[in-house]
Formats: sequence, C-alpha cells, structure tokens
Amino acid sequence: MVEQIDLTQVNWARAQFALTAMYHWIFVPLTLGLSFLVAFFESIYVRTGNEEWKRLTKFWMTLFGINFAIGVATGIIMEFEFGTNWSNYSWMVGDIFGAPLAVEGIFAFFLEATFFAVMFFGWNRVSKGFHLFSTWMVAIGSNLSALWILVANGWMQFPTGMQFNPDTARFEMENFWAILFSPVAISKFTHATSSGFLLGSLFVVGISCWYLLQERHQTMAKRSIIVASVFGLLSATYVGFTGDEAAYTVAQKQPMKLAAMEGLYDGQTSAPLVAAGLINSSKLPGDNQQPFAMEIKIPGLLSLLANRDPGSFVPGINDLVFGNRQQHIIGAQEKIEKGKIALELLRTYKESRKSGDQAIADASLKAFGDYQGNMGYGYLNSPSEAVPPVGITFYAFHIMVVTGAIFPLVLLLILFFQIKGNLASHRWLLYLGILCVPLGYVSQQAGWVLAEVGRQPWAIYGLLPVKVANSNLTSGTVMTTFFLFLGIFTLLLIAEISILAKQINIGPEEN
Amino acid sequence: MIGNLDYSTLQHIWWIIASLVGSLFLFLTFVQGGQTLLFTVPRDDDEKALIINSLGRKWELTFTTLVLFGGALFAAFPKFYATSFGGAYWVWMLILFTFIIQAVSYEYRKKPLNFLGSTTYEAFLFVNGSVGILLIGAAVGTFFTGSSFSLNDYNQVTWQTPYRGLEAAKNLFNLSLGLFLVFNARVLGAMYLVNNIDHKTLTDRCRKSAWKSFLWSLPFLLYVLANLLFMKGYARNPETGEIFLQSGKYLQNLLGNPATLALLLLGLLLVIYAVAITCFKGKNNGIWFGGIGTVLVGLAVFFLAGFNNTAFYPSSYDLQSSLTIYNASSSHYTLTAMTYVALSVPFVLAYIAYVWRQMDSKRLTIAELKSENAEEMY
Repeated sequence: MVEQIDLTQVNWARAQFALTAMYHWIFVPLTLGLSFLVAFFESIYVRTGNEEWKRLTKFWMTLFGINFAIGVATGIIMEFEFGTNWSNYSWMVGDIFGAPLAVEGIFAFFLEATFFAVMFFGWNRVSKGFHLFSTWMVAIGSNLSALWILVANGWMQFPTGMQFNPDTARFEMENFWAILFSPVAISKFTHATSSGFLLGSLFVVGISCWYLLQERHQTMAKRSIIVASVFGLLSATYVGFTGDEAAYTVAQKQPMKLAAMEGLYDGQTSAPLVAAGLINSSKLPGDNQQPFAMEIKIPGLLSLLANRDPGSFVPGINDLVFGNRQQHIIGAQEKIEKGKIALELLRTYKESRKSGDQAIADASLKAFGDYQGNMGYGYLNSPSEAVPPVGITFYAFHIMVVTGAIFPLVLLLILFFQIKGNLASHRWLLYLGILCVPLGYVSQQAGWVLAEVGRQPWAIYGLLPVKVANSNLTSGTVMTTFFLFLGIFTLLLIAEISILAKQINIGPEEN
Repeated sequence: MIGNLDYSTLQHIWWIIASLVGSLFLFLTFVQGGQTLLFTVPRDDDEKALIINSLGRKWELTFTTLVLFGGALFAAFPKFYATSFGGAYWVWMLILFTFIIQAVSYEYRKKPLNFLGSTTYEAFLFVNGSVGILLIGAAVGTFFTGSSFSLNDYNQVTWQTPYRGLEAAKNLFNLSLGLFLVFNARVLGAMYLVNNIDHKTLTDRCRKSAWKSFLWSLPFLLYVLANLLFMKGYARNPETGEIFLQSGKYLQNLLGNPATLALLLLGLLLVIYAVAITCFKGKNNGIWFGGIGTVLVGLAVFFLAGFNNTAFYPSSYDLQSSLTIYNASSSHYTLTAMTYVALSVPFVLAYIAYVWRQMDSKRLTIAELKSENAEEMY
C-alpha cells in the first residue's frame, strides 16, 4: 500500500501538527472557562443592576476578546491541516471524521461568530436581556465546538461505529451515535472542558491577586475572586472525577498508553502507582534494565485506577509487545504478522479485481475478513514500534496530575481567607495565586502531550499509524511551512501577551 | 424520508449544500473587499475607524463560513478534501495564512502595545482581501481547468508539479476568475459600507469606488464566461464512470440545465442592478441585490462544475483520477446522517439574520465610535 515512507517528512508533519495544536491550546481553555465566567459576571450585573459589575464584566470581556482572536487565528489551520498534511488519513477516515467537523461548524462556530459581535458591540444596540443572552450563547457555542472536535479526537483514540470497505480502501461510518457517545469521547469532552473552566478561574484569580498585591481595583478583584474561586473549585472537583474516568477508559481501550503513562514494563496484579519517578531512558522492551532510576510507589493504586479493583492485573509494555498467554494478551508481534497477511490479502483482492479474476478476488476478500482487525499493525516493522515514547508520556501524565492537585488547594485557601476578609494580608498566598496561572497552562499542555504522544505510533489507535496517514509531500515543503507557522504564531503570541499585559495593567474603568 | 433517499440523490443534495455554503462565502467576501479599500477610500483616521468597525462586526461570519465550507467538503466529499488540500498544498497554505493574519488584526490594530503597529495589521487585512481572495478564485478555477495529479489504487494523491497548486495562478482562466472575485468583493465591500455607515462624504467615495471596481471586474468576468462557453470540459460517461474530454461541455451543461442558466443570468443582472442603484441612484440597499446576485452566480458556477456528469475536480494529468460527486463522496450512511444535520441550517440562517437586523438597525456613526464604549471599538 505504501511504497516508501519518508520518515523525516512524517516527523516534520507531526512537528507541525504538534506546533499548531499546542499554540491553539494555549488560547482555547481560557476561552472555554472565561466565557462562562464573563456570563456569570454579566448575569450578576443584570440581576443587581449594579454598574460596578458591568465594569467588571467589561474588563474581563476585553481580555476574553484579545485571547479569542488569536484562538480563532490558530484554529483555522488545524481544520485544514488534516487535509494538507494528513491526506491519506483524511481519505481513509474522512467518512467518519469529517462529520463532527462539519457539525461543529454548523452548530457551534456560528453561535460564537454571530453572538460575539453582540457581546462586544451590542451594549447600546440591543436590550440588556438580549445582550446577556448573547454572552451566554458565546459561552455555550465555544464549549459546543469543543464537544465536536473532542468527539473526533475521542474517535482517533478509540475507533468505533465504523467498518472497513476494501473497495474504497477506507473506513466508513456505521453508527453516528456510537461515535458521539463513545466512552472515550465523553470522558475527553468532560475532562477537557472542565479543565478549561479551571484554567479560566485560575486566570481570573491570579490577575485579581496581582491587583490585591498592587492595592489597585480591590473591590473588583475581591468580587472576581469570590466568583472565580467557587467556579474553579467546582471545576477542579469535576476535573478530578473526569480525570479518573479518563484514566479508566485509557486502561480499558488503550492499555499500551496506560503502561507508558506509568512506565510499567512487566504487568502485574495489584500494580502500584508510581507517584513520582526518574525514567531510565535507555530501557527497551524485553531487556533486563530497571525502568526507573528512582521511584516512589503507592501499592495497588494503579490496579484500582485502571480496573476499579486493587487486586486486578494491569498489563505492562512487555506483555503488550510480546504477548502474555497466561493473561490472554496477544502481543504486537503476533498482531504484526496477522496485519501483514491482511495487507497482502487486500492487495491480492484489489489486483484480481482489476484483472477480472473474480474467484481469487472473492477468496482473498473472505480471508481478509479474518485478518482485517489487525490490518493497522501490518504497517509496523517491529513490535517495539507499537510502544509510544515512554519518557514523554510518563512525565506529561505526572506533571498534569501533580499541578492539577495543587490548584484546588490554592483556590480553597484563597476562598477561605477571602471569606474571612483578610486575604490581602496573606501575600504569599497572593503570589501563589499568580503562580498558578502559568502552572495552569503547563498542566493544560501536559494533558494534550499525554493524550497525543501516548497515542503514538497511531493516528487512529490500532488501525492507522501516523507514518501512513500523511500526505505525499517533500520534507523540505513541510519544514518550510513549519517554520512559517512557528514564525507567525510566535509573533502573534508576543503581540497577544503584550496587549494582554497592557490591558491588565490599565485595569478596569474606574468609577 | 431522508432515510430513504438513494445514494445519487444524496450526492446531488450535498453538492448543492456545499455550493450554497461556498456561494454564501463569496457574498460574505464583502468583508475582504472592504479590507482592500482601507488604504484608498478613507481620508482620515475616523473614516478608517468607521470602515474597520463596520467590517469588524461581520468578519467572523465570513471566516466561519469558510471553515464550514471546508468542514462540509470534508464530511461530504472527503476524497476532494484529501486530494486537493494534500495535493495543492501551497495554494491552500497561503490562503490559510492570509486568514490567520486577518483573525487577529481587527482586535489588535488599535490596542496599545500591539507590538507590530497599526499599519502592519491594516496591511494584514489588505493581504487577506487581495491575495487571499485571488488564490481562492484561482483554486476554484481549477474546477474547470484541471490540476496535475494522479491517485493510486488506495486513493493516495501524487501531485505532478513542485509548485503544489500555485501553478494554478499561471493559467489565465484561473487568474481571471481570481481577479474577478477580488474586484467583485470590492464592489460588495463598498456597497456594504454604504449600507452600514452613516457618513455622507465617506459613503459617496464608496459609491465611486464600487463603480470603479465594477468596471475593473468586467474584462475578467467576460474572459471567464467566454472561456467557459467554449472550453473543453471533463465529462463522465454515466455508464462506465470513465472521464473524457468533451468540447463545449460547460456550454452543454448550461443549455442542458435551464435552472443553471437562469441562476447565472439572474445573478449577473442582480449584481449589475445593485451597482447601478448604488452608484447612480444613491440607494443604500445595493448590497442585498449584489450579495444575492453573487450567491446565484456562485451556485451556477459550482453546478456547472459538478452536475450533469462532470468531473468537479478534474486531473489534466490523469483523466481517470478526476473527482466527481459520485466517486469523491462519503458513504450513503454518512451522507444520510449529515443530511439530518443539515436540516438545522435554516435555523442557523434565521438567527444570524435576526441578530444582523438587531445590530444593524442603526447605522454606524463617528459619534458611536467615540461613545462611552469607545474602548471596545476596533
């Protein structure tokens, strides 16, 4: 199927996608969270009629707008990049993957685009009620767009609701609802959006803490802190639950990713969770080296996390690569052999169809049916290729969890002292509140690194490796666009941060 | 009822939907056209601010329509998505690039410490309106002139030129279509501003500008139309699915389908009428006639390319790799599911229209730009 694979080109294409996705995700979670916070603030304004709340709303709305614009700019490239850089992917799964993107456009983007203008320019043009409605529509629209793209991503992690069609050489949709309500899609959506709410809250709290330290706009800062820390705490709780659910679905649907997340090479019953560790980077599947240079373990916790049973067996990388008869695990080695047979049968089928040899075509198609489940593995050259980069996956997971655990504690303390009325005198806590803003961004990025690096080598888990999903381009071409995007996004990011910092420094309009 | 539609009907429905979204996008390029007027029409900063704020309330609709056009093509005709985007790489990348720089420019142009300076953001808007639309036009031109690609048994695309789609701009037909779209967008942009802004000296200049752009658009339009009538087209044999070159194919499509002919003629008449009432009768509502006219012309062009057994994305290098609405579409199941989704389109259009009316009932004035909400203006 693939004559020659230009790995350099594939890696540049991966780098370009990672670059655009990571830049895009700097802005998206803030949009998801801040849009709701602005809607809360404005609701309070409309309820109370207090002009202070209106000024507060407008201030956060200004920051929202600055962030939103660059989110849109970095977003458009993502949609088209599936076609430009991953055209084989687009063809093979377009029948399934295209639909959520189109639905996203119809249902979500137009809500945002239409009501955004009202939110910013409608203060004197529409009624108070309609303005508030528009602000809510922007928040709902933003989060709805996250739904559809995360459904699409969920499907890449756990393909379901489709069938391979050998005549068109692509996967075709069989059940729309199975794709929409796939457990992975649900946990992706709930986890990613609630983490966005949390980031939005940290952003508002952090900037408010800075005002308190500066002794400026203190009333506004305190009001913002109350609303945002309550929202942030609720979100953080939800992030915890959905994170647990996400880990569970990973364990059930992507055991290799889970093994890499935990650096678990040899599967075991009552598997411990590595709370912190230093990965041994020279360790390879099947060798005798220790996976960690040092580690802190919590007994039985990984089994509990993975299977909701502390005594259960969690497969390790070696089990998944070489197989484990005792635990009825088929290894990548065996899957590769079957996959190569599937690809060969598909080729024979296509060739005999072309030459009009119907009998051979029928026979190879029938046999193909028995092997097609492992077709994706047929593209791999060695079983260890089925293992994602363990170090990056492990660290990304742990950075996400550790930072994620700090946020609710800080928010709780800030809320507690705010209610007690002496938050401003705890300067260390205010500094901590500010520090949580960059940490929030780190946590967000780590989450996606885990999701996507942990999915390697697959574009579609188990079905299509990234190295055959790409477009037929030269590496020079992709390298050029990579640096083009790196340049423009970096310029725009500097502009965004500069404008944002200036607006924060100016602060809300004073009465 | 939708569940019972046959495959071919669904493929036709989806070509109509994609054409409609594409044509609505062409109407909404009044934003891009307006952006190209920034350096010539306004005489001072206030007038420039009026134009930018007027367009700034609509740019996202255009942008979103482009995104939806991409999404609809991905969902309904994934082989086109894979072939064209992966093949004509550079042309699409440059188009996207012009939209990336557009997206930040409205918001950042006037903000203090914006790092690149107001003029840069204005230049971004100009590039988006000129280069962006020109390349989109050239890319649509290849629906008729063809591209150099081949597909293998697994439908993987190999592009035959190192220019990866940019070669389209060397073809006079494609280039003319692109330039026509640029000038048409300028006509629409000027008419939109006339409708949206309350500032007589500025709108008078917009009227003059609309007339000038209209005159500029004519030679390119005539060149495109004359070629369409006489050029060879990529026909599909309905029995075998084989693609072959046929003389006068698009003329045949036009005469064979009176509805397409009617759309084209009515569309052109509406645009001419719009320009006439805007430039010589002092009317403000030309944008609606011009916009609807553009949509009708767009529909006619897309229908010519896709219907009546025609390859809508032909390969001049390997005829049999050409894409038709039959061989490029999604499965029966996906098209059915997406047709249910498409039932919501009228609802979406309705709320957009409602919000538009709410927001544009009063025309934009310099006084409003300097009102209590001044800090929110672009």
